[in-house]
Amino acid sequence: MKPIILCMGLISVSLILGGCSSVGVKAWERGHLAEKKMQLEPYPLDSFLDDHIYFSKEGSSGGRGAGGGGCGCN
Amino acid sequence: MQLKKLNLSQVLAVATSSLLAGTSQTVLAVDNNNDWQVDSSVLFYSETDRVSVVEPVVSARKKIGDDEYLKFKLVADALTGASPNGAIKTSSAQTFTTPSGSSTYTTAANTAPLDPSFHDTRGALSAEWEKPLNERLKGVFSANYSQEFDYSSLGLGANFSWDVNQRNTTLTAGVGYSLDQVKPVGGMPTGLTAMPTTTSVSKSKLGDTDDKTIASLLLGVTQVIGPKHLLQLNYTYSNEDGYLTDPYKILSVLDNSGNLRGTNPYLYEKRPTTRTRHALYLKDVKQFGADVLQFSYRYAWDDWGILSHTLDLRYRYELNAKNYLEPHLRYYLQDKADFYYYNLVDGSIPQFASADYRLGDLSTKTIGLKYGYVFAENHEFGIRTELIQQQAEGSAQFPDTDAVLVQLNYSFTF
Repeated sequence: MKPIILCMGLISVSLILGGCSSVGVKAWERGHLAEKKMQLEPYPLDSFLDDHIYFSKEGSSGGRGAGGGGCGCN
Repeated sequence: MQLKKLNLSQVLAVATSSLLAGTSQTVLAVDNNNDWQVDSSVLFYSETDRVSVVEPVVSARKKIGDDEYLKFKLVADALTGASPNGAIKTSSAQTFTTPSGSSTYTTAANTAPLDPSFHDTRGALSAEWEKPLNERLKGVFSANYSQEFDYSSLGLGANFSWDVNQRNTTLTAGVGYSLDQVKPVGGMPTGLTAMPTTTSVSKSKLGDTDDKTIASLLLGVTQVIGPKHLLQLNYTYSNEDGYLTDPYKILSVLDNSGNLRGTNPYLYEKRPTTRTRHALYLKDVKQFGADVLQFSYRYAWDDWGILSHTLDLRYRYELNAKNYLEPHLRYYLQDKADFYYYNLVDGSIPQFASADYRLGDLSTKTIGLKYGYVFAENHEFGIRTELIQQQAEGSAQFPDTDAVLVQLNYSFTF
C-alpha cells in the first residue's frame, strides 16, 4: 500500500509542477511530442546498456520493461 | 513488393514462437519514410583494479508494412579482470581455490580478496516484430537468446499498447518468460559447504547444470499532459524460480575471537530458490524551449528483503540545431537482502547466506555527460562518459567500487 501512496503522491507533484490546467492535446498540437528527443526512450541503446550495467551491479532491476534475465551476471 | 511482404510475414509467423520482453512504449514513436533504421554503439566500461568490459551493440529496424516493423539486435560482451569472491580481508594472506578447483590464488594481507580468474564472453541476439493489431492497438512480439560460456538464456515476450482518450493516453500490458541454464565452471557447489583451500580436496557439488525461469509482467500507462509534456507510470512484477545462487561466491567464517576459524574457513554461498520482485516506475519528460528534461523515479522491492530507490535526471541542452549536451545524474539506494552477511560466525550458520556486496546495504552515484551531433538528416553521432561510484551504506563494510564508462553511438536511416 505504501508504494502506491508514494507513487500517487509523485504523480500529483509532477502534475502540479507541470502547471497543467488541462491534460491532453489536440491532434494539431503533437508536433513537439513527435520529436525523437521527446520519446520516453529516445536512445534505446543507451537505456539497454545502462540496464545491463546496473542489473549486474545492483540488487534491484525492472520498472522499464517486462524483461529480466538473459545474463548470468547477477 | 507484395511477395516480399508475404514472405516476411510467413517468417514472422514462425518466429512468433519467439517473443520477448517488451518495453512499455508510447504510440508517439518517431516514424520516417526510410525502410531501415540502424543504431550502433560500443561501450567501454572499467572498474578500478577490477572488471573491464567491451560491449558492441548493433540494432537494425526494417519497415515491412504500414506501421509494421521487424527489428534485430546483436550484442557481444567481453569481460576480463578480477571480481570480489565474498571473503573478507584479514591481517594475513589468504589462499583460495579457483572455481575449477585445479589451481589456487593468494590474496595479500589486509587486501580485499578478488578472484583473478574472472572472465566471460557473451553473445546475444534478439528479434522483435512490431505490428498494428487495429487502429488503436499495437503488438510487439519478441524473442532473445544469449550464450555465455557458463550460462545461456532463451526469452520470449509480448507487449501490447492501446491508445485511448484521443491518443492522449496509452495503456500498456506486457508479459515475458525466460528459461536460463546455469553451467558453472567446476560445477555447482553445495550451498554452505566448505570451499577447499588446496587442489587436493574436491568441493561438494549439487551437479553440473541447473535451470532458472523468470516470468515477468508489465502494466503501464502513458499520459500526454501537454504539447511538451509526457508522463509514464509502470508497474513490473517478476517471479524467478530455480538456481539463483552465485556458484563462485563464498563467505568467511570467523570464530568467537573474530579470527578466521581454523577448519573450513570459507563456505560457498546459498540463496533461496525463488524470488519475487516488484517495481513502480515513474517517468516525466518535459520540454523547456528546445531543451528536454527527463526525470524518473523507481521504487523497487522483493521478497529477499531488498528495497531500493532510484532517481535519474537528464537534461538535454540544445547548443544549436545540430549539437546538444546532456548532463546525467543518477542516485540509487538499497537496503540489504535478509540473508546478506559480511561474514558468518562459527556455530550460527543460517539457512541462507551470501556476502555478495550487490545484496548488501549500498548506494550508487552516477554523474555523466553526453554530447550529440546530428550531422545530416537521420544521421547522428553521440559520445557519453560517466563516472559510477558504489559504496557501502549503514553498517556494511565492503570496499568502494569506482567505475568509468565511455560509450560511442552512431545512428542512421536509409
